Amino acid sequence: MKLFKRHNNVLPGFGPTLGFTVFYLSLIVLIPLSALVFRTAGLTWSEFISTVTAPRVLASYKVTFGAAMIAAMINSIFGVLVAWVLVRYRFPSRGIVDALVDLPFALPTAVAGITLATIYSPNGWVGRYLEPLGIKIAFTPLGIVLAMTFIGLPFVVRTVQPVIEEIETELEEAAVCLGANRWQTLQRVIFPMLLPSILTGFALSFARAVGEYGSIIFIAGNMPMVSEITPLLIITKLEQFDYQGATAIACVMLLASFSMLLLINLLQRWSRRYAE
Amino acid sequence: MSASTKTYPAKSSTGRAQTEPALVRWLLIAIALVFLALFLLLPLAAVFSQAFEKGLAVYLDALKEPDTLSSIRLTLITAAVTVPLNLFFGVTAAWAIAKFSFPGKNLLITLIDLPFSVSPVISGLIYVLIFGLQGWIGPWLQDHDIRIVFAVPGIILATIFVTFPFVARELIPLMEAQGKEEEEAALVLGATGLQTFFRVTLPNIKWGIIYGVILCNARAMGEFGAVSVVSGHIRGMTNTVPLHVEILYNEYNYTAAFAVASLLAFLALITLAIKTVAEWKVRQQLESE
Repeated sequence: MKLFKRHNNVLPGFGPTLGFTVFYLSLIVLIPLSALVFRTAGLTWSEFISTVTAPRVLASYKVTFGAAMIAAMINSIFGVLVAWVLVRYRFPSRGIVDALVDLPFALPTAVAGITLATIYSPNGWVGRYLEPLGIKIAFTPLGIVLAMTFIGLPFVVRTVQPVIEEIETELEEAAVCLGANRWQTLQRVIFPMLLPSILTGFALSFARAVGEYGSIIFIAGNMPMVSEITPLLIITKLEQFDYQGATAIACVMLLASFSMLLLINLLQRWSRRYAE
Repeated sequence: MSASTKTYPAKSSTGRAQTEPALVRWLLIAIALVFLALFLLLPLAAVFSQAFEKGLAVYLDALKEPDTLSSIRLTLITAAVTVPLNLFFGVTAAWAIAKFSFPGKNLLITLIDLPFSVSPVISGLIYVLIFGLQGWIGPWLQDHDIRIVFAVPGIILATIFVTFPFVARELIPLMEAQGKEEEEAALVLGATGLQTFFRVTLPNIKWGIIYGVILCNARAMGEFGAVSVVSGHIRGMTNTVPLHVEILYNEYNYTAAFAVASLLAFLALITLAIKTVAEWKVRQQLESE
């Protein structure tokens, strides 16, 4: 069916543009990524398993995925709140606040990293008030959570915001007419409509946090077994010329990213069906 | 005609029939603003405050350092190669995907988005695996005295990889939403393919292109992880601005590190401003149709 449509299309340039797209995609993305898979395939199974399950590597998964999970949860709660406030309420400076939400996308990760480390170090702007309370953020796993929250924040806001914009107020009016109070309307009418987009935002923020490197290494302290993230471990292996080790761990990370990409695609399909 | 047309959400008129009590409303606004101030505004203010801590003269001296200047030069070169290549790719891919239907289209869109879901560290690693000394064609390159990784070409390649999807993923939904009737009319009236593109399509996607290019440029100039893996950190030679910030910071030269970082923070603010305008223009254009 689809193939026949092309014959009716008078627009030129399908062959060259599609050809170039596939060529450039293969050259820049697909062939280099396949190098990683082929390099890993060069290892024996037991070599691969012993590399990716070494205690230091396992500890880094725990730190990375655990911190990313907490950061994504914090972002889901505050992200929904921010999106709701931005769409539904009017207050001064709303436009600037809305634009500023994307700052973590635009600010280079190294800049975010050194800045967060400075603010939250024991004599920094925020750190000096937390120090007497016995709370240490910089150079502990808490610092990793903080940096991951920073870089993941726009994902939840920007996925949930358009969905809130599209909610028809008639639905809320109907709920009120049927006797619901505001809390019941939020809980039973609005929340179920937002849920797919909240989960999508959660997954996007989690996926970004897992792969993040630049904003974390300055604040993490990078102690093996305690606050060493997996991307840093890959770089450490590379610097020791342990290419096999780096490749094997990278392959595990890539597999994790692809599973999350698949999950996100399914979630987005679900949320779109809900919207229509 | 094409069933897969993805529409941009129309801006809703916020109905005020039902809302929370004023007290709850102001409380929620306050919580959101405090959270954003703590997480976004405070770091931004800290960059500039640290950079100017020792006065304007020290700030300017840090920027005039030869190593800083050479890192700025390398970052500009990298962006100057990366952005046009990815712009050309983005427009071509969007033309093929948005104006034609063919099997495997959704798979192609997913593959174009792939670099966004790969860790920056892995984006650098894959080029080391191909061009590095232990890599696929590394030994051959060494015999011919060509350097790719731990040199400028590697930095450019890794940057192209991480900024690959920006233009394409902005233009595809935009061009799908605009359909192809205008182009068809131009062709029927006798315009050539290129005339149609430059006089009909290009004006329609102008703001979409600006949006994609500005984000692509921001990431190209600010990328750290991927570039860090392939650069080799040779001072004055293969250091981009973000890598130079790292070196200065690790040498406890905080004022200089933040002075250089403030350039990138300034770039981020300009990017956000242009992005906001472009977003608004695209929305306006789609609503007027």
